[in-house]
Order: sequence, then structure tokens, then C-alpha cells
Amino acid sequence: MSTADTTLTGQYYDLHEHDHPEGGSTMLGFWLYLMSDCLIFAMLFATFAVLGGNYAAGPGPKDLFDLPLVAVNTSMLLFSSITYGFAMIAMQNGKVGQTQLWLVITGLFGLAFLGIEMTEFHHMIGEGAGPQRSAFLSAFFTLVGTHGCHVTFGIIWLVTLLVQLGKHGLTAANQRRLMCLSLFWHFLDVVWIGVFTFVYLMGALR
Amino acid sequence: MADHSHAHGHDDHGPAFHASLRDYVVGFILSVILTAIPFWLVMSGAIADHQTAGLVITAFAAVQIVVHMVYFLHMSGKVEGGWNLLALIFTGILVMILLSGTLWVMFHLNHNMMPVKMDGMG
Repeated sequence: MSTADTTLTGQYYDLHEHDHPEGGSTMLGFWLYLMSDCLIFAMLFATFAVLGGNYAAGPGPKDLFDLPLVAVNTSMLLFSSITYGFAMIAMQNGKVGQTQLWLVITGLFGLAFLGIEMTEFHHMIGEGAGPQRSAFLSAFFTLVGTHGCHVTFGIIWLVTLLVQLGKHGLTAANQRRLMCLSLFWHFLDVVWIGVFTFVYLMGALR
Repeated sequence: MADHSHAHGHDDHGPAFHASLRDYVVGFILSVILTAIPFWLVMSGAIADHQTAGLVITAFAAVQIVVHMVYFLHMSGKVEGGWNLLALIFTGILVMILLSGTLWVMFHLNHNMMPVKMDGMG
């Protein structure tokens, strides 16, 4: 009876298909997600490029942007990139404590970045230069805000992984998650290159 | 755990990339340089012509994006059998079409949307 069962199921299911290890396609899948995210940012950059000159007799980039502050902000994100790199190296060496430490430092740099960005936004809105003021400012807040939103979710993800690491250590699944967040985090830094070049520096040149 | 032993048996399906300290440090130093120069150029006004300055900082941004891709995102033809790179190139082409197409259409639209002054401009 049992042999009959096996042959029966054998006809319908390929029980010995070749091996797909768990998470074997996660990294590629996550990369494809990042590429689609890239298209969202490309669209927002295109919108900003079209609307960026329409001030509606309101303040322009020269009145609003504080380049030294943007430079500090950029360095925060850059520092957070290398500290995340250190976390990845600690992970490869199998050191949980060190990985967590570098992740915490990365998170703090991320928070510093967000803090500076929020200060900037608060200051602009306080001056009457909110997103509703002109097409330029709508496009600006949408583009820079979307990036800031991504950083915020990156930090939430980072805290989640800190908890996971504390509970389960450097399991294969946790290592995979850390590698996904690594891609996400460095990808946001790449988007920021576009933001500081085309929004802030080009704005100051207008 | 079952999935643990599972993952161990297949080293070829291990980490998608191998990070090295050297890569991160080199990438970081290059990024700092490639960020500092455009900021300095704009803040000091070293290039008087704004058009030229714009082109120069665009070039710096392009180089820095490549640096980040190689040193931080570990992009190469070997990762995931080249599929990552292929997806990146495809996305790059789409982004180029999207950006150049938008700018081309919208800025020519701006010119064509001034019919009242057509004869004056002729």
C-alpha cells in the first residue's frame, strides 16, 4: 500500500527537483526591488528638473539652501555608509557584538541625517516656503522627502535587525537580512548623490 | 535547525558577495574626495561660468555613483551570475530614456506654448 502511494504521488510531484536553498533568490529579488525604487526616484528627479525653475514669485534655491548644512548632512550619510560596511565585515567574521555596535553607530548617523533634514524643512516651512508655496517647492519636498522617508524606514529596519540579532544571533536568515539592508542603505546614499548634486548644488548655481 | 544544515551544504549558494575592509575604505576615501570637490567648486565659485560648473559637478556625481556601485554595493558581473548587473544596466537605460525624454518634451513644450508671440519670435 505504501509503495503504491509513493508511486502515485511520484506521478504528480517531482519529489527530487534540484535544490533551491532557502533564501537563494532573495538577494536578486531585493536588487530588483531596488531597481524599481530607482525608477520612482528617476521620476521624481525628472519632475524636479521640469518644475524646479517655477518659483511663483516665491523664494528660490539661493534664498533657501544652506550649503554648509547640506555638506554636513551629506557627510552624515557617507559616514553611515562606511560604518555599515564595518558591520558587514564584523558579520562575516561572525562577531555578533561588533556587528550590533556598528549597526547602532550607523543608526545614529542616520538619525543625525534625518534630524538635520527635519531642521531644514522646519526652517523652510516656518519662513513660508512650504510645499504649497510654488511648483519648485512642491517638487523639492516630494523628492527630498521621499528620500528622507526611505532613510526613516531604513532605520526602523535597522532597529528590527538589532533585536533579531540579539535574539537569534548571526543565523543564515539574519545574515541575509543584513545583506539586504546593506544594499538598501548604500542605495539611499547613491540617491543622495543625485539629490545634493542636482537639487542643492545646481540650485545654488541657478 | 534544519535550514541551517541545509545552507551549510552548499557553499556556492553562500553570501552573494564578500565584503572586504579594503573595498570599504577605498570607496569611502574616493567618495569623500568626489563629494568635497563639487561642494568646494560651488561654494567658492571657482568656475565663474555656471554652465561649465554644472557640467563638472554632474561629471563628479556620475563618477561617484560608479564608485558607490563598485565599492559599497559590490556590483560586478560575477554577483548572481551577472543578473544583478543586467538589471542595473536595464534600469540605467530606462532612467536615461525617462530623464532625457521628459526634459526634451517638456522644455520644447515650453517654447511651443507661447503662440501669442509667435510672429514676434519668428
